[in-house]
Amino acid sequence: MASYSTNEFRSGLKVLLDGDPCVILENEFVKPGKGQAFNRVKLRNLTTNRVWERTFKSGETLEAADVVDQDMEYLYTDGEFWHFMLTDGSFEQYAADAKAVGDAIKWLKEQDVYTVTLYNGAPLSVTPPNFVELEVVDTDPGMKGDTAQGGSKPATLSTGAVVNVPLFISIGEVVKVDTRSGEYVSRVKSS
Amino acid sequence: MVERPVWRPAAAREVLESRAQLLAFVRGFFAQRGVLEVETPVLGRCGVTDVHLDSIPAGVSAPGFSGGWLQTSPEYHMKRLLAAGSGPIYQVARVFRNGEVGRRHNPEFSMLEWYRPGFDDRQLMAEVADLVVGWLSCERPETLSYRAVMQRWAGLDPFEASEAELRARCREWMDDPQLAGLDRDGCLDLLMSFAVEPHLGRERPVFVTAYPASQASLARVSEDARGHRVAHRFELYVQGLELCNGYWELTDPVEQRRRFEADNRLRRAAGKPDMALDEAFLAALAAGLPDCAGVALGLDRLLMLRLGCGDIREVLAFPFDRA
Repeated sequence: MASYSTNEFRSGLKVLLDGDPCVILENEFVKPGKGQAFNRVKLRNLTTNRVWERTFKSGETLEAADVVDQDMEYLYTDGEFWHFMLTDGSFEQYAADAKAVGDAIKWLKEQDVYTVTLYNGAPLSVTPPNFVELEVVDTDPGMKGDTAQGGSKPATLSTGAVVNVPLFISIGEVVKVDTRSGEYVSRVKSS
Repeated sequence: MVERPVWRPAAAREVLESRAQLLAFVRGFFAQRGVLEVETPVLGRCGVTDVHLDSIPAGVSAPGFSGGWLQTSPEYHMKRLLAAGSGPIYQVARVFRNGEVGRRHNPEFSMLEWYRPGFDDRQLMAEVADLVVGWLSCERPETLSYRAVMQRWAGLDPFEASEAELRARCREWMDDPQLAGLDRDGCLDLLMSFAVEPHLGRERPVFVTAYPASQASLARVSEDARGHRVAHRFELYVQGLELCNGYWELTDPVEQRRRFEADNRLRRAAGKPDMALDEAFLAALAAGLPDCAGVALGLDRLLMLRLGCGDIREVLAFPFDRA
């Protein structure tokens, strides 16, 4: 496997640190006058999602982590694994466990496309698109004519996620949700 | 992913104007004091031996010569002028250091370097203070020893602390396998960078003086009252930013050659190639460099301080990522 020297560190680079795959967030070069140079590096541990701050002597190297992001279609879950398929036409399938799926479980809809991060060929994490469209399966009855006023109510979506929606939304409607904030964006007109 | 090249400058128009004013201020300052402006090669036949400075190879083809290096500082050429009897001289030079990229570093930068025959380090520090205070309208710097700033902010005596104490203190930043790659000066540099520097010059500018002899570089060494061998070297810090590095210059050609050779041994140990010694510079020392003090000051950083910029890229028309 390739390795990277501190002067190649840049944000987005995937490296191995203490045996865990990490992504570099920031790399600050520090050098006193004629002295030894150092790099103060911020990394996100891709397994735990924790942010680490580490200091390296300039010129130190870290092994590259075999981490790749792939677009995959969500197929189904068997209760233990969530199955995804590459969208590149290869029909190659990957099974992600609950740890890899993580919070994305709230937004998984069959046939939608997700970013699956593979580490050494196995799913490490699943990232939903920024926006998903999901059907409302349960909410209090809609209140017609109250479209302009504020006020919201909880609604349960087809995936089990609960989001706050405006009062006029009723069961069976499809809503657009921002997966980063978990907030309602708009009603999707049924075609 | 294809990145589109950025053609626009990084520095705002006001910054370019401030840079022009700084150059005019510097030239006025030295004209008034009878210091001669000189120009020396940016492209030299030799690089430097410093273990922590990487010269950029130039790949020049000339009759009977190929190679050459972009200069990391105009020091050797300026000392040759001094040895030839130039009298006091200054230069606004472009200098180049490989691998130095960050919020305070660009691989190419502007350095103001000057030499004062007959001055010692204290006299030159006073002149540096005049220049910096004149440009920044800040308070006059105080002077603290390397030992004092280390004791205050790193909590140890850089001369007396044992290797074990030094390493124990460094563990706040690095683990043992990493620290195994650092020698005593490397550990001190780590503490200077992360424990001390951020605090320096916060209330008023501060000169740090009396560096350990092992960090003398091209400065004279003498013994202080405690019997420690200290270098006549000074650095000025303003708002945690290192601005300059000055020496009461070493004039002894034998000692200079010894330090160059010691540098190359350190380079080899660090897995870096040997650098050829600049024999023309050594010959100038042998012919006689007048007693003098000299200093190199980063002009881009001086501009950052005046304008309150946190990133050197803001004061460069085209920082290296768009050069």
